[in-house]
Parts: sequence; C-alpha cells; structure tokens
Amino acid sequence: MDEIRNLKIINDLGLHGRAAAKVVELAKQYESKLFFKKDNHEVDGSSILSILTLACPKGTELQARAEGKDARELLDKLSELVENRFGEQK
Amino acid sequence: MTKNPVQENNTLQGIAVSPGIIIGKARLIDRSKAKISYQYLISEQQTQQEVKRFKDALHTTKEQIMVLKNRMPEQIKEHAFILDTHLMIIDDRMLTESTIHSILEEKINAEWALKKSVQKIRQLFEQIDYEYIRDRINDVENVAERILRNLAGKGHESLASIEERVIIVAHDLSPGDTSELNTAKVLGFITDVGGRTSHTAIMAQALKIPAVVGLESVSHQVQDGMLLIVDGYQGIVIIGPDDDVIIEYEEKRSKHEIYRATILQMGHLPAETLDGHRIAVKANIELLEEVETARDYGAEGIGLYRTEFLYLMSKGIPDEEMLFSDYKEVAEKIFPAPVTIRTLDLGGDKFPVNHEPTKEVNPALGLRAIRYCLKEPEIFKNQLRAILRASVFGRIQLMFPMISGLPELLESKRIIKEVMGDLEDKNIQFDRDIRIGVMIEVPSAVTTADILAEHVDFFSIGTNDLIQYALAIDRINEHVAFMYQPYHPAVIRMIQQVVKAAKDAKITVSLCGEMAGDPFCASLLLAMGIDELSMNAWAIPLLKKVIRSISKADADADLTAIMKLKTAKEVQHFIKKRMEDLIPDLKDKDFFIKNAMNFSVH
Repeated sequence: MDEIRNLKIINDLGLHGRAAAKVVELAKQYESKLFFKKDNHEVDGSSILSILTLACPKGTELQARAEGKDARELLDKLSELVENRFGEQK
Repeated sequence: MTKNPVQENNTLQGIAVSPGIIIGKARLIDRSKAKISYQYLISEQQTQQEVKRFKDALHTTKEQIMVLKNRMPEQIKEHAFILDTHLMIIDDRMLTESTIHSILEEKINAEWALKKSVQKIRQLFEQIDYEYIRDRINDVENVAERILRNLAGKGHESLASIEERVIIVAHDLSPGDTSELNTAKVLGFITDVGGRTSHTAIMAQALKIPAVVGLESVSHQVQDGMLLIVDGYQGIVIIGPDDDVIIEYEEKRSKHEIYRATILQMGHLPAETLDGHRIAVKANIELLEEVETARDYGAEGIGLYRTEFLYLMSKGIPDEEMLFSDYKEVAEKIFPAPVTIRTLDLGGDKFPVNHEPTKEVNPALGLRAIRYCLKEPEIFKNQLRAILRASVFGRIQLMFPMISGLPELLESKRIIKEVMGDLEDKNIQFDRDIRIGVMIEVPSAVTTADILAEHVDFFSIGTNDLIQYALAIDRINEHVAFMYQPYHPAVIRMIQQVVKAAKDAKITVSLCGEMAGDPFCASLLLAMGIDELSMNAWAIPLLKKVIRSISKADADADLTAIMKLKTAKEVQHFIKKRMEDLIPDLKDKDFFIKNAMNFSVH
C-alpha cells in the first residue's frame, strides 16, 4: 500500500545531520519502506546520506512516500516530526 | 645551538609547556592514517572472502563506536548524537552496498572499493549549496577511516580506553583526542610537534599536569610501557632512566611540591611593590573550566578569554545559544572580577572543523582573526550577539584581535552598533556601556597606537604575536625559535610606545602575552607603566611574589638603564642579574618553566 504525503521543512537548519538522523531513526521502527522525492528525484528514506544529499534547507517542499502495511502510521509520525521542527527550538 | 640532542642516557630536549615532574610509563598514541593498498582480486572465492572481510570490518567498527559512545564522559554526553550519526553511516546503503558492489563487479579489494564509494559520496556532497549539510561529508570520511583501520587489522585507538596512569606519547594531540581522554588517568603529555600555545600545552596547563612538546621524534623513539621521566620545567624527557636518575628526579619532584605549596599561598595576596605600587594580575583562559583554576591561583579576573575552542570543537559554527551560555557562565563564575573576551581569532592555522578554507602559504599573514570576522560578518555577529547578551550577567569587556589599523577598528565597532541596534529592537538586554578594546599585536597597530587609542577603552598588548611579527620569527619553527626574543630592544621600545599612547589618551593598558608571566620581565613591565598583566594561571603566584619583592623606584631606575642597552642578550643579562640578586629563589632554575629564559645562551 502506497501512501504519499507532502511536507514542508520549517526549522531553521533544514534537514541537517541531526534532523536526518531522526528521520532514519523513525523509519527504522516501521516495516514500511520510506522514500523522499524532491525535484523529481527520489531517494531512500532509510539512508541518512541519501537524505542529506537531497539538500533540503528551511522552506523546502518535498514528498514522502511510504510503501507497506504501516505506511500511514509512519507518515503521520514523520509529519509530526517535521512540524515539530525535529524537536529544535527554531 | 643544536636541538633535541639524544645523549647517551636518552635525554631529549623539547619545549616545556606545563610545569611539574613525573615518572611513569609511556602510552603511545598512533594517529597516523591507515595505509591502504590497491589490489585486483582474481578468483570468485577471493571476492567472496573480500566481501566477508569488509562486513567484518563494518561490524568491528560499529562495536568500537558503541563502546566509545558508552564511555563518553558526562560533560560531553550531549555530543553523543554525532556517534549515532556515525553508526547510521556504517549501515548506510550508499556506503556499504556500493562498496560491496565494487568488490564483486570490479574485482578490487575492500580498501580500494571503500575509497571509491567515499569518493562518489563526496562528489554528491560537493554539489550541495548549504555548507552545514555539505560538511557532513567529514562524518563519512571519519567513519571510512575507522573502517580502513579495521580492514588493516589496526583498530582506532581510543584515548578513553586508557585504564592505568600513563604518560601520553603522541606525534600531536587534537582537541578531539583530549576530549576523549580520561584525564584522571593521565600523568602528562609529550609530543613530537607543537609550541607553547599548542592545544596540548593548553590542555596540560588546564589539567595541571606536566607536558613537553616539540620533541621532534619522541613518538618513534618510545615504545609502549617504557619508563619515562618528564620534566615540565626544563622541557626534558628521559627515556628508560637508570636508578640513580630516578632517585635524583624523585627528590626534585618532592622539593617542587613543597615549593609550589608555599608559593601558591602567595597567589592570594595583592601584587603590590614594597613601595606600595599595585598592578592587576589576571589569568588567560581558553575553556570555561579554567575559571576555577584561575581563581585557585589568585587571578584578579580573566584578562584574556580566548574563544576559539567552541568553534574548533563543534562541527561547524556553534549557535548563538551555546556561545551565550558559555560566556554567561564565565562572567558569572569570575564575578565580581571582570572578564575580557577576545572575539574570534580563527584563521591562520586554526579553522573550525569542516570549515577549512583554501590552504594559505603564509597563514600567520593571511586571513585570520578580525580579518576573517570582517569577511564573514554573520559568524562575527553571531558571536557579538552572544557576548552582548551575556554582558548583563557579569562584568564583560570585549576586544578585537589582530587590528592593524583604524579602518578595521571602525568597521568592527560599526558592526557592534548594528548588533546592539538589533538587540534593542528585540528588547533584549545588554550592557550598553560595555568596554571595548583592541589587542595590540601587529607592528602597524603599535605605530598607530595614538590613533587607535582615541576610539577604544583599553589596549591589551599581545606579545606572542607582536614579537613574531616584529622580529619576523615563527616561534613554532624549531629552527628559528631561539631567535624569538622578548627582551629584544625593539620589543621593549614597542611596548613603551603603546603604553605612552594609552597614557596620553587616559585608557588602560594591559599585557597578555607570555611575557606577562615571565618573572624576569615583571620589574621591566611594571616600570614601563603597564596597568595589568594577564598570564597562564599557574604563573600568577610566582609573579606576585616577584612584584612583592621589588620596589617601583628600583624598577624605574633599571628601566632607564635597560633602555640604553643595545641587544637582547645585554638586556637579558642585565635583567637576570638584577632579578636574581633581588629574589635568590629565581637562581634555582629547576623551579621555573624553561620558557622564561628559553633562549639563554647555549
């Protein structure tokens, strides 16, 4: 089952090292596979290096896609993480 | 003169950077990069074995990082996330799958394949426009280096794993190495390279353990477990001493301990001459943790807080909050005494991790300190905001390093005004009357001191750099270091010129180079009219003792005589004789760090 969600990065530092690590950490907890797509380029959401090379500063809009049984749940948690600025202050 | 002669009894001469004598076992830290070989694999069986060897190395690397993470000291636990990132990189398909793919398809060995993967990842990262994301390539390289070492069967040695009390022997030590260190287990440091202001020196002083640097090849001459004597006063290291020498040094050591205990009591008395003239004595620090050491030794404030450490430690530029809380804590801890914060002196040979610019041929004359800050105004403003915000929590003064003329000073002050305006708009409190000063460490600042004086509240003479620039001597360069002469008539005349400009403009003048802590210079600097001396904390008690043993009137008379002398050697002989007559203690050279008279006739 494929689920798709549009996300906007709102924290000051964007999808930097620590934030990307949190995403990978989250993805690990689910069976579903996670992918990110930006400018028609899709990468593996369980690879921190792939996420970093997607280069997403503050303001970036990107699409998350999850494939698997718990896809919806994974994307819910992911949106929450992004909206909470990855737990960062700004 | 010859450097580092290996005498028959295996005595090495280096640069003494932190006092004390220790006798203990060597622990060698090999930080050389893993050597890699490039090989083609022939059979299917070989490639399969190679994949397994690679996977084993990944596994070992992972375990090592886990151990490192668990052993992280409490104070730096918050940095553990970097290690989590490293663990993720080890698992990352971009790194592992592509390496395995190369081994199988291109039939090359694991080291080569891994290098290729890193190269590919690096190319991707280089295209990223955002520095703080692009810089993460360093984590990939760090991880790859660990894996390579494990492939070579040579694990990354962690300083954290040291369990017995040892003397650390290394080619060089980085801030990263020393932060891993279980300091309770380290008796002292000795290194091949480094100078008096190297990281090793500063850490040893902060930890109050002896250190000798600049020993050239000690890390090749010493083996793990060898018995060593380290004399942090004379800069001597003895490898495998015989019984007589051990007894001799044991005696010296206990004598020192008694002497240090008595002199430490001196630290808390005012630095006042016999005829009632006072001079302020403060400490130079580099870390927040050193504030307490400074107070213990009797510092009447922090005369120089070097702010580079946080920048060198953190990956990228530290955020304003981190800087703010650090400055605030320093100000609070030393209050009611003041702290003078020097803005970033990065560049030259020091750049933040992951922020290395193009290599310069002549870094000391290149883009550093205030030049770097004016070129990177956002980095500068970030620090200024943190300093200004912290200024309401204590008595903070601010000073700019490496000012070489009026335009730099005015531009720096303009940026401060701008930052102040921002803070006002946001209703954030700061000390509007914060005292602003400049370091006088470039000869052009000396000759224009009268012009600069009209725009600042104080001067602080940074003799370490000033002497280097004035005499064209790189004191880290072992071959010319002996020509680094604080007693050079040129240096004395320059200091006098700066003091005069300060007095004419009625501003304070302090001196914060190593000269400030040299007991032989005290009388000279006092006579010249320096208001304040700032030095390594451990030098304070002795300096106060010297000041308390002399009179301003005698010092003035000596100055008149010194100004007539023509060479550094003449000045040095004059001062040495005078001071040893006044304070016989100074004759016992064993009591002093060799710095003071380092260039004495050999």
